[in-house]
Amino acid sequence: MSAVSTPARRPQRPQRPYRPNRPRREESGSLLLLGHGRLPRVLAGTALTVLAVVWLLPFLWAVATSLQSEQDVMKSGLSPFKGAFTLDAYRRILDRGNVPTWAFNSVLIAVLVTVLTVAVSTLAAYGFSRGTFRGRRAFLAVTVAAIMVPPQLLIVPLFEQMTTFHLVDTYAAVILPQVVAPMMVFILKRFFDGIPRELEDAARIDGASELRVFWSIVLPLSRPIVSAVAIFVFIGAWNNFMWPFVVTNDPDLMTLPVGLATVKDAYGIQYAGSMASALLSAAPLIVMFLLFQRRIVNSVATTGLGGG
Amino acid sequence: MTTTAPAGATAPSHPHSSETPPAPRRRRSLTGGGGVFVLPFLAFFGLFLVWPIVQGLWMSLTDASLTLHDPEFVGLANYAEALGDPDVWSSLGNTVFFTLISCVPLVLMALAMALLVHSGLVGQWVWRLAYFAPYLLPVTVVTLIWTWLYQPDIGLGNQLLTSLGFEPVGWLSDESVAMWSVAALTVWWTVGFNFLLYLAALQSLPVTFDEAAALDGAGAWRRLWSVTLPQLRHTTVMVAMLQVLASLKVFDQIYILTKGGPNGSTRPILEYVYDVGFTGYRLGYASAISYVFFALVIVVSVVQLRFFRQEG
Repeated sequence: MSAVSTPARRPQRPQRPYRPNRPRREESGSLLLLGHGRLPRVLAGTALTVLAVVWLLPFLWAVATSLQSEQDVMKSGLSPFKGAFTLDAYRRILDRGNVPTWAFNSVLIAVLVTVLTVAVSTLAAYGFSRGTFRGRRAFLAVTVAAIMVPPQLLIVPLFEQMTTFHLVDTYAAVILPQVVAPMMVFILKRFFDGIPRELEDAARIDGASELRVFWSIVLPLSRPIVSAVAIFVFIGAWNNFMWPFVVTNDPDLMTLPVGLATVKDAYGIQYAGSMASALLSAAPLIVMFLLFQRRIVNSVATTGLGGG
Repeated sequence: MTTTAPAGATAPSHPHSSETPPAPRRRRSLTGGGGVFVLPFLAFFGLFLVWPIVQGLWMSLTDASLTLHDPEFVGLANYAEALGDPDVWSSLGNTVFFTLISCVPLVLMALAMALLVHSGLVGQWVWRLAYFAPYLLPVTVVTLIWTWLYQPDIGLGNQLLTSLGFEPVGWLSDESVAMWSVAALTVWWTVGFNFLLYLAALQSLPVTFDEAAALDGAGAWRRLWSVTLPQLRHTTVMVAMLQVLASLKVFDQIYILTKGGPNGSTRPILEYVYDVGFTGYRLGYASAISYVFFALVIVVSVVQLRFFRQEG
């Protein structure tokens, strides 16, 4: 069932001799739980299906709601469709709302946050992993400790800071504070630590600079982990609500989640309309996951968050 | 995370980092020996994390407010007030209660889902998508969908109950039910992340132990219990620790769904901080409460670390 097969890869994919037990999916899967009997398979299949239905039901309900008129939605009845099918709600949003602007902002902000975070974090992780500078351990300990800081704790002082810098209601104010991702630095550093230094030393002997070693040797070896980090940063930035909500008042600067929340407050709840706009704002990430899910799971496997 | 706080300490610092061995002394400054690589991160870190933390700490010792300028230094008065404030204690209690009732299902269900999906039945990508998809939704969308399901009259929840002959439930209006409703939403929304971590862990387990146990005649349950689960210990520790920290920080979905109601029964500590700071304009007091909470988070992390170290 490899519905989404991995796209064509470049032929020379670097070997990873330091990670001997790569996932061997086909064999491990079937042996693991079920044995060869028939009953366990049926039971597991039933459990999977029931859970999946429960997990998808709220979605399906939302989709059905968005495809009816407001009046029909308010009728009671267990059937998801209480009236005629209509695309009215979607049409209304696309005609009047700021949805295209918000979507553009969401894409722009999520992409910039991701690019900046990945750049800053991979460099820092490499420095922490290979550097010999003074204070390295202390800085690393502080970085790891920062993972525990609840982000909401920073909102008040960060807002004051943005006011001081006259950055409230700018893209910079939304983007810059999100670039600090101690967790990602830590994950990357752990991965870099596992790459044998012999590979780099050969290049160093040939006279390559540290930046060159990082760019041409370490980064290509780290593609799975870097893409895992990028994916999680992107999801986080796309869905971030609190900070953009606090720091933007100008509707033209809002992201989709923030904009949709303000619409809801302004008009009172219109279920079909808000469901339609909600689904529109969620659609891009869902499509992305559908396209890349095999790779996403494999990337997570290499973060070291997974296997023991 | 913090499990490996000493990881930096154990990493051997190889003396190779400067490619020209003869001038190592001069390069051992902050910017030498790889320090430049860390500088951009440290700049962001200092500006947008350390500074606000210090600023907040200072604020907590003053009577700073959103409306008044020139705050005055008041020493530990805010902290003394916080410790005697019943709202602080009740919202802390709510936070701990939420953490308890959300973490257990979030870890166990994620494990069960991953084991089932990994068991090799066809259609892997369908299950993966079904369980992970909610995690991709913004908090506004999640709360919108669930406000709809929890609607007292026409919501799916109560319609199902009444059609089965039960009394309708005040999902968000009954004080004894509301926090459970929030927890159910949270499990639905975020279990996919833990599920993915478990699934990835399962896929990177070596199959050799499992095969050996099977050859020795161990049945499926026996292998699950004695081979697979012990190998997942590391992942479970990680998932549980991350989950406790995440649950303690609950805010967004509650703020949008119930605004802490009914009657404060779902208000977590971070929402109280937000209310005091942005609605009550008392930034100094809000900061003090958030530092009391931060202390709690640190204590919980240290206790967890100790506990899991002893276990291992």
